[in-house]
Amino acid sequence: MTATAPLDTEPAARLEASALTLGYTDTAVVSDLDLRVPHGKVTVIVGANACGKSTLLRGLARLLKPRSGSVLLDGEAIHRLPTKQVARSLGLLPQNPIAPEGVTVADLVGRGRHPHHGAFGRWTTEDEQAVAEALTLTDTLALADRVVDELSGGQRQRVWIAMALAQGTDLLLLDEPTTYLDVAHQVEMLDLLADLNARRGTTIVMVLHDLNLSARYADHLVALRTGRIVAEGTPREVVTEEVVRTVFGLDNRVIDDPVSHTPLVVPVGRRQRLAPQEIR
Amino acid sequence: MTVTVDPGPVATQTPTRDAVEVVRRARRGPVRHRRRLVGGLALVVAAAFAARVLLGDYTVTIPDFLRILGGEQIPGATYIVMESKLPRAVLAVLAGLAFGVGGAIFQTTLRNPLASPDIVGVSLGASAAAVSAIALAGWTGWPVSAAAVAGALGVALVVRLVAGDHGGFRLVLAGIGMAAAMQSVIQYVFTRVDEYDVQLVLRWLTGSVNGVAWSSIGLFATALVVLLPATAWAARSLEVTELGDDAASGLGVGRGRTDLLMFLAVLLVAVAVAAAGPIAFVAFLSGPIARALNQGRTTLLASGLVGAAIVLVGDYAGAYAFADLNLPVGIVTGAFGAPFLLWLLARGPLNGHRGRRAA
Repeated sequence: MTATAPLDTEPAARLEASALTLGYTDTAVVSDLDLRVPHGKVTVIVGANACGKSTLLRGLARLLKPRSGSVLLDGEAIHRLPTKQVARSLGLLPQNPIAPEGVTVADLVGRGRHPHHGAFGRWTTEDEQAVAEALTLTDTLALADRVVDELSGGQRQRVWIAMALAQGTDLLLLDEPTTYLDVAHQVEMLDLLADLNARRGTTIVMVLHDLNLSARYADHLVALRTGRIVAEGTPREVVTEEVVRTVFGLDNRVIDDPVSHTPLVVPVGRRQRLAPQEIR
Repeated sequence: MTVTVDPGPVATQTPTRDAVEVVRRARRGPVRHRRRLVGGLALVVAAAFAARVLLGDYTVTIPDFLRILGGEQIPGATYIVMESKLPRAVLAVLAGLAFGVGGAIFQTTLRNPLASPDIVGVSLGASAAAVSAIALAGWTGWPVSAAAVAGALGVALVVRLVAGDHGGFRLVLAGIGMAAAMQSVIQYVFTRVDEYDVQLVLRWLTGSVNGVAWSSIGLFATALVVLLPATAWAARSLEVTELGDDAASGLGVGRGRTDLLMFLAVLLVAVAVAAAGPIAFVAFLSGPIARALNQGRTTLLASGLVGAAIVLVGDYAGAYAFADLNLPVGIVTGAFGAPFLLWLLARGPLNGHRGRRAA
């Protein structure tokens, strides 16, 4: 990849959605949505509960068949490509993967190599190296022979990310990778993903709940409301008082984050709107 | 206040040779454990097989046994070995393998130890179809197996349709309902046969390896020669489907592979039922026992061997443990399976694998 693309054109996209409509039963959860995932960047999808952000991610990862429209991977409809071939370019960490009982870290991470094995594929040195690299990158090498069930939440989440990394894709989709983690582990996890993006150029698309962390780690922020994109762009463009009010229905102030100098949303609750003497 | 800045975990770009060695060593541990387990279980099965053939109320020496196998006629012994002891032992091993592997596939794929083919009605579906084909249509040979396969598939499809995509209690409840329905079909068939044959009833309700012709065993063995390698091939996707539907799709394994594996498991169970009847609880017990012996991890081969050992030992106990009583193996396994079921229920959540990502 060359870095000579002029700044005023849109960044190249390997993954895009075009007039995409997704749904589980009769009602559409995502309607007529267009999205280009900028190559080599961190894209974060935000929105209120049930706005369709996880559905959109599942659609991008070909887990949901579009009702209409399409998801394109390198210009081809992703649902028409062999799923194993897709798995060699696009990795996914779903919201609730299941760690089989008794499975060790090295074994679980090794399962990320599955798409690279042929019909009678055997485990190769290349697989070993990919697993070793994934464990090193996620700082879980010391856990290699531990049983996944016995790990802490933060460790376990790093192991799942190691599995997605062992898959060796340069596109990585993550559905709420920070759920269940305390704030320190959330930051650690997002730092890890930002490092991966910076050092390996991995394109990352993730759904996050925390708007302020999203603003801090996203290059490209996508705000959804009832299955449609309300705003899209850099965090500074997207995280405004008006957009936050529209997307979350929340009265708020947006100030400058003193640490990262990204926008910081400060919610205004009902009690804060009252005059001080009214609060008892 | 001082703040130390951690450079972050992304320290190296390429893994060191040490790291590769750590991975190699960590992956070796479980593989070695499983190999030792499979070797040990194979010895247990071999020992139980030898005991079943040589010991019991009519003892045969090893040299005599080899001479009988070589075709020599020893008065009394040849008949007992070739027409009773050996076919029973061979059928016990084959049926145990098929039930053990089939049951473990069900339990692992559906992520529920209760969702085994003998509890959700698949075995009884095969049995109902087979006994109907024999008693009402007068079929023999491979058409009976075909009927059993059709019955098992029919029940599996109905249960699947009723339960939807949920593998949990809905599926188990729908399956228990189907099992009861199949049981009544079997009992209805008995009312239509001319004479009420207790041995026949027991075979098709609880399973038995007694009195099965070599031709049926040969047919069953031929089916396994095709099905077991196909299952081993299809089961390679199990390492990924175990992680949940979404993760499996992300790793390039679609629902089709899971359906194929379940289809093979239904066939395994159905051909085993056609040969030996729905031997109670073998499919249900083998997987969890093999798993407990394998540090909690799923292993189909060990499940099959555990199944073979259970049927061999159960048949031996049924034949000789109670004086004057020759109990079919299904009654013995049923007697041991029921407490095990209660123990599983008492142990708590029956979702099998714990699926939480965080504590």
